[in-house]
Amino acid sequence: MARAVSTRRKATFTVAAWAIALAIFFPILWTFLTSFKTEGDAIASPPMFVFFDWNLSAYEAVNQRTNYLKHFWNSVVISFGSTILGLVIAVPAAWAMAFVPAKQTKNVLMWMLSTKMLPPVGVVIPIFLIFRNTGLLDTRTGLVIVLMLINLPIIVWMLFTYFREIPGEILEAARMDGADLRSELLYVLTPMAMPGIASTLLLNVILAWNEAFWTLNLTAAKAAPLTAFIASFSSPEGLFFAKLSAASTMAIAPILVLGWFSQKQLVRGLTFGAVK
Amino acid sequence: MGAISLQQVNKAFGETVVIPSIDLEVTDGEFVVFVGPSGCGKSTLLRLIAGLEDVSGGTIKIDGSDATLTPPSKRGLSMVFQSYALYPHMSVRRNIAFPLKMAGLDKDEAMRRVDAAAASLNLTDYLDRRPGQLSGGQRQRVAIGRAIVREPTAFLFDEPLSNLDAALRVNMRLEISELHQQLKTTMIYVTHDQVEAMTLADKIVVLNAGRIEQVGSPLELYREPANLFVAGFIGSPRMNFVSAAAAESHGAHTVGIRPEHLDLSTTAGEWQGKVGVAEHLGSDTFLHVHLDGGGTITARADGEFPVSHGSAIWLTPQADKFHRFDADGNRLP
Repeated sequence: MARAVSTRRKATFTVAAWAIALAIFFPILWTFLTSFKTEGDAIASPPMFVFFDWNLSAYEAVNQRTNYLKHFWNSVVISFGSTILGLVIAVPAAWAMAFVPAKQTKNVLMWMLSTKMLPPVGVVIPIFLIFRNTGLLDTRTGLVIVLMLINLPIIVWMLFTYFREIPGEILEAARMDGADLRSELLYVLTPMAMPGIASTLLLNVILAWNEAFWTLNLTAAKAAPLTAFIASFSSPEGLFFAKLSAASTMAIAPILVLGWFSQKQLVRGLTFGAVK
Repeated sequence: MGAISLQQVNKAFGETVVIPSIDLEVTDGEFVVFVGPSGCGKSTLLRLIAGLEDVSGGTIKIDGSDATLTPPSKRGLSMVFQSYALYPHMSVRRNIAFPLKMAGLDKDEAMRRVDAAAASLNLTDYLDRRPGQLSGGQRQRVAIGRAIVREPTAFLFDEPLSNLDAALRVNMRLEISELHQQLKTTMIYVTHDQVEAMTLADKIVVLNAGRIEQVGSPLELYREPANLFVAGFIGSPRMNFVSAAAAESHGAHTVGIRPEHLDLSTTAGEWQGKVGVAEHLGSDTFLHVHLDGGGTITARADGEFPVSHGSAIWLTPQADKFHRFDADGNRLP
């Protein structure tokens, strides 16, 4: 729809939009720049923006002190593991709620969502004790389980929304064609909901990748993902801004790249069904 | 073999009773049409036979064995849906082959059957396309192809032509009729269109509010409707009904006369009236006549009949074509 907008108005909005975007992006940019400074330059006053001695000493120090790849691999296993396990559980659950709803389906959905309203710190002690007694502390399995449970409501909700867009008659046709429940889910529902499932996967991988509360509280060394890797640089010996920034940049870079390449899929998935 | 038997089948959704109790026998190879107005329970009845809905009570037998609790995938029936319900992510070939894949059929045999079905339905050139790239008629043919490849015990059609335009509907109707002649497999077909019912069926089941009003061949229903509902539903334009004095003279509470059983004249006749609307179709002329004694009657003349709005007209009912009904609406002998 064409609307007449004056050039001045347009310019004002453009400048304002850029200013807001830059303000939001600034901490990330600052972290990125600081990661290339020496510790001295990092705390210089007034702060140095671009004109400083660019060097990789912070990265070298980080790599000497810690094993980045180990943390990276832990993050990959935990975020993808928890999301895929979540999907395996959520696909049948969302199928049932979307296609064979019972009287209480709405309430169950609300109840699932309500678990997200509970502050995690409220259950940290019981979960910590359960983990300690079952030997799950500082294991990737333990984190996969806990992050899967944390994100399961969102996965079920997202899938439920996508599944509801799929006409029930197509699933009935599959049943008439001799498909049992497994085949119906595997050959008909899942491929049809693929855009939705893919964006659910991406979003939950990102959420799990960035999750810091449980990953920090339930790990020590062995299963520690990148969140713990960053945290290890804000140490009691004092703040090392350059090293902390280098670690942060290394931790967020993979997920930023993933997000960048899957942008199209994410947007398509999140608006799935909005326009037929 | 494709005999289907319903014994005291009933269905309720919560408190709402959709089908009180139905007994029906469908013999092997028969083309049965369920017809009735919207909400009469005809689609529900078909879905009960398919197994897509569970019965609330009663027994469904397929080929003599109790299938009431058998899941749809194991009943050996094929269904064609109003919305076609094709798998949008699969090519036409994979759509048609899907039931064979589910049956675990050997791949070469499956491809042979798919090719044969596609050839008989003129779909050979479209096998590698997706359903989204096809027209409505082609999609419906793919749905039929998917139904025939597995050689089912019986076919179920749920208003399969409703989404097609008028010309295509007539063509597809003929194709379905030919398919039945060819396969000789039992077909159960749901429609609200009585023309489809009359042209396709060996046996019509007229449903109203979940009850069977009458079962019979198309011409039986046309000639001897069991009650006012069937009389009004079968036949187009619908039958004219006259109550009160005119009916009492025939010893009935209500009499019915079909539009085609009224002789028309511009000079003399039994009932006099004025033309309200004249519909000139060329092959027929339909007249809506306001009788001088009150009431409106529809009459049909063969070919062209040169009258227009306001013309005086005389109607004479053919004496042996009256249908007589009692106060409860049931046919009198």
